Amino acid sequence: MDFASLVFYFLAAILLLAGLRVVTAKNPVHSALALVLTFFTAAGLWILLEAEFLAIALILVYVGAVMVLFIFVVMMLDINIEEMRKGFWDHLPLAGLVAGLMAVEMVMVLGGDRFGLSAPTAKPASYSNTRELGLLLYTDYVYAFELAAVILLVAIVAAIALTLRRNPNRKNIDPGWQSRQTAKGHIRMVNLKPQHPEYKEADE
Amino acid sequence: MIGVNHYLILGSILFAIGVLGIFLNRKNLIVLLMAIELMLLAVNLNFIAFSHFLNDTAGQVFVFFILTVAAAESAIGLAILVVLFRNTRSINVQDLDKLKG
Repeated sequence: MDFASLVFYFLAAILLLAGLRVVTAKNPVHSALALVLTFFTAAGLWILLEAEFLAIALILVYVGAVMVLFIFVVMMLDINIEEMRKGFWDHLPLAGLVAGLMAVEMVMVLGGDRFGLSAPTAKPASYSNTRELGLLLYTDYVYAFELAAVILLVAIVAAIALTLRRNPNRKNIDPGWQSRQTAKGHIRMVNLKPQHPEYKEADE
Repeated sequence: MIGVNHYLILGSILFAIGVLGIFLNRKNLIVLLMAIELMLLAVNLNFIAFSHFLNDTAGQVFVFFILTVAAAESAIGLAILVVLFRNTRSINVQDLDKLKG
C-alpha cells in the first residue's frame, strides 16, 4: 500500500466517523463542530485529488463562514435538548434500513471494476489548479459566474429582510418626512400683550 | 492504488449518512440543515473525483457553483430558522403546523 492510499483510508475513516457524529450527537453544538471536522477532512481529500483551490475555498468559505453562522445560530437559540432527544432513536429501524439499503446498492453499483478509469497522467510542476479554474470560470462559465453572484446578493437581501425587526419605540426621524414639512400647520402666529409694568399702550 | 470507485463509494456512504441524519433528527431543524450539508459534500466529492480521473476541470467549476448555492441556501435557511424560533419558541419540525396544510 503506497502513501497516497494510506492517506486516503485515514481521511476516509475520519470523514465517515465525523459524519456519523454530526447526525447522532446529543448537543447541536457538538454536531456543528463535528461538521467542521468533516469539512476539514473533505478538504484534505480534495487536495489528494489535486483540487487545491476548492479545498482552500471549502475551508475558507465553509469552515470560516457557514459553520461559524451555524454555531452562532445554535448558540443564540435557547433549545431544550432533553425535549429534542425524546424519541430520537424511534426512527432508527426505518432510517437504518433506508440508509443502509442506499449505501449497499450504491456500493454494489460502484464497486468492482466498472469504473475502470486509469489514474491520470501526472501534471507538470508548473501546473496551477487555480489558474486553470480561473481561466474556465472567466471565459466559458462567465454567465453562470455572474448568476452565482446574483444568487449570493439575493441571499444577503433575503437573510437580512427575514430577520430584520423594527422597533416601534425607536426615536429616530425619517429625513424624507422631515424635509417635506412646511410652516403651514406647524407655526401659529399669536398676538401677545406686553406684560412689563412700566409699559403703557400707545392709545392710553 | 486508489481508483475513482473508492472515492465514489466513500461519497455514497457519506450521502447515506446524510439520509440517516434526516430520518433521525426529526425534532431538530438545525441538524437537519447540517445533514443536507453532508449530502452536498458527498456530491461535491463525486464531482471532484471524476474531474481528477477524467482530467476535466469543468467538474471543479460545478463544485464551485454548488458551494455558492449551498452557502446561500444555508444562510437563508438559518434566517428562516431564527424567525421561526422567534415566533414559535421551538425548532421542532412537528410544531410547524401553522399553515394547516
